[in-house]
Amino acid sequence: MTARQLRVAAVEPLTPLVTRFRFECPEGGSLPLFSGGAHVVVEMPDDGVLRRNAYSLISDPMDGSGYDIAVRREDAGRGGSRFMHTRVAVGDLLRIGAPVNLFALDLTARKHVLIAGGIGITPFVSQLKQLQRLQLPFELHYAARSRAEAAGLRLLPDLPQVHLHLSGEGKRIDPAVILQGQPLGTHVYTCGPQALIDRVAEVAAQKGWPRAALHAEAFLAPPTGAPFTVTLARSGLKIEVSPHQSLLEAIEAAGVDAPWLCRGGACGQCETEVIACHGRIDHHDHWLSDSDHAANTKIMPCVSRFQGAELILDR
Amino acid sequence: MTIQFNDETFRDDYTFRNSAEAIRRFPFPFDRDSYMYSVNMEPHKGGREGSPFEKRFDVDEHYVAEMRDRAITLTEDPLRCQSLPHMELAGWDLLDLIMQSKAEDYPDLFSLQRDGNQWHWINRPLGIDQRFTFLDATTLPCGPMEYITRQAQGDFAVLDQREGNLWMDAGMVTSQADWSLDFDIGMNFFEWHAPVPRAAEMGVFQRALKFLLNVQQGSPARRLNWTMTVNPRLDTSPENYHKWGPEKRTITPENVGKKQFLRVELQTFWRLPRSNALAFPIRCYLISLEDLVTVPKWGRRLHRVLRDLPEDLAAYKGFAVNRPMIVDYLARFDDGAETSPGIFAD
Ligand code: FES
Repeated sequence: MTARQLRVAAVEPLTPLVTRFRFECPEGGSLPLFSGGAHVVVEMPDDGVLRRNAYSLISDPMDGSGYDIAVRREDAGRGGSRFMHTRVAVGDLLRIGAPVNLFALDLTARKHVLIAGGIGITPFVSQLKQLQRLQLPFELHYAARSRAEAAGLRLLPDLPQVHLHLSGEGKRIDPAVILQGQPLGTHVYTCGPQALIDRVAEVAAQKGWPRAALHAEAFLAPPTGAPFTVTLARSGLKIEVSPHQSLLEAIEAAGVDAPWLCRGGACGQCETEVIACHGRIDHHDHWLSDSDHAANTKIMPCVSRFQGAELILDR
Repeated sequence: MTIQFNDETFRDDYTFRNSAEAIRRFPFPFDRDSYMYSVNMEPHKGGREGSPFEKRFDVDEHYVAEMRDRAITLTEDPLRCQSLPHMELAGWDLLDLIMQSKAEDYPDLFSLQRDGNQWHWINRPLGIDQRFTFLDATTLPCGPMEYITRQAQGDFAVLDQREGNLWMDAGMVTSQADWSLDFDIGMNFFEWHAPVPRAAEMGVFQRALKFLLNVQQGSPARRLNWTMTVNPRLDTSPENYHKWGPEKRTITPENVGKKQFLRVELQTFWRLPRSNALAFPIRCYLISLEDLVTVPKWGRRLHRVLRDLPEDLAAYKGFAVNRPMIVDYLARFDDGAETSPGIFAD
């Protein structure tokens, strides 16, 4: 993973819970460009625990002068967002990975319909810039509770294709209405709560949309949970996973090299063989099939946890 | 280092030749005395000084002649270069990557000046001086991918990434080892690999795809592949099989050392920034058996590899008919001595 040290150039609250951070090269100079929907992984040295959280880039993909991200404070989470909100200040140096895109626009589409819920607006901010630059037809639907909580309002252009759905003002987002009458060859992208993603998928299925025309990015932060013990057979180690640590983080903390890309249960890169499982794996990923989940022969350590007597992994 | 470019041909009279330096730096593909199909990827981050792995896009003594050969092939068959409409941005990405890499790695041969989107490109070996507007295709004589790959050795496939798969949606393919862009265009990773024997059963492709989907910006990867070709011909395409296929029958025990070539592909894989596409340059290196055996380690090893290769792989690589003659020839250079590990000459 090629990470580089960048300087925090700006910290700006967008709403009471969401803050924008800007990173630039300490020596000046330009950063690698990226494509709409890309994210970066930010490394946070949090009191001896190294966290790596993925955040969508919200700056212009064609502008290498800096990277912007928007972070929502999740007080119930493992602490990554809290670290960003309470410990990071202008001038600090943080290690940031190269941009990776697991939620890219499908440029074969005739039209792009983007549906965001809450902080799920972030990947669309850069996608929108790419769509405008390529002059491709699109519309964006952004659902939030209220104007005060809608961080995206500060990030989105004022365009007729951008539609706001505020549930607090009685305008709840309705995917059935949005997908109604879209031209053939339209692709729909959803990012936000799982319920919204599921609802869009359901409506699209009812209307007979091809599966390839549906794209979704669930904002999946590694869940917290009870501590557990894991045996890494190849490394000959027994490790403890603490409540606010993911299994992947614990493996890394033990000095064992493990593959990863999204750190959110979506990309498949961290897939690991289970050699023995006496207990229950709490599968939280979107990668393995239902039958894989039931068989308990594989695990995605970036998000999944374990309860029981013994878990032995081929790592 | 200044390169002396050869005046040579890859067709008709086949005046192609390797200098002593080109032989010494040849990317010999076997790191042991046997061969098994595998993905064998490694990071493409430089390599031994003077080797073809050192620079991001290797330029060697065959550059000018290869570009001339490409132009001939394209005149005869323009469909060797294709780009589906959604791939133009990826074409610009590729142009940017190659121009910047070459200008930085070979400042005596290439130069690139950028002022915002106003770019000025100079390619001294080919005598090109071009000012253009980046991202505006009307300011170039042809599309960005075609423009830059007419100035870069090797074939280029540009793969779109979507639905968890890779799609062959653009390419410049004039020196391919018997595959056809016109046939494969628009296909996904599994479709275009369909004819490889054995590998599919080994799950090699699933792993290879997973690896490629994970190739990240700034961390390109590479691997070597190989086959055998009669005569130093770049264009061994299915479309022109009638031209080169019969040449296989011209091999005799007397001429095999001169006419039979080991053909090595240096394949590299690059994540492109603006389009998220994957560039897949396939650079071809040719060496006659006669030249190859001047490196004793390579002569011994190639003999053992080809002698012991399973018949279906020899057939797949297209040299089953000539294998006995090739192995007999190489046997003369194999005294049974042990070979050192790794691909480089001793
Ligand atoms: S790192 Fe992507 S699924 Fe675990």
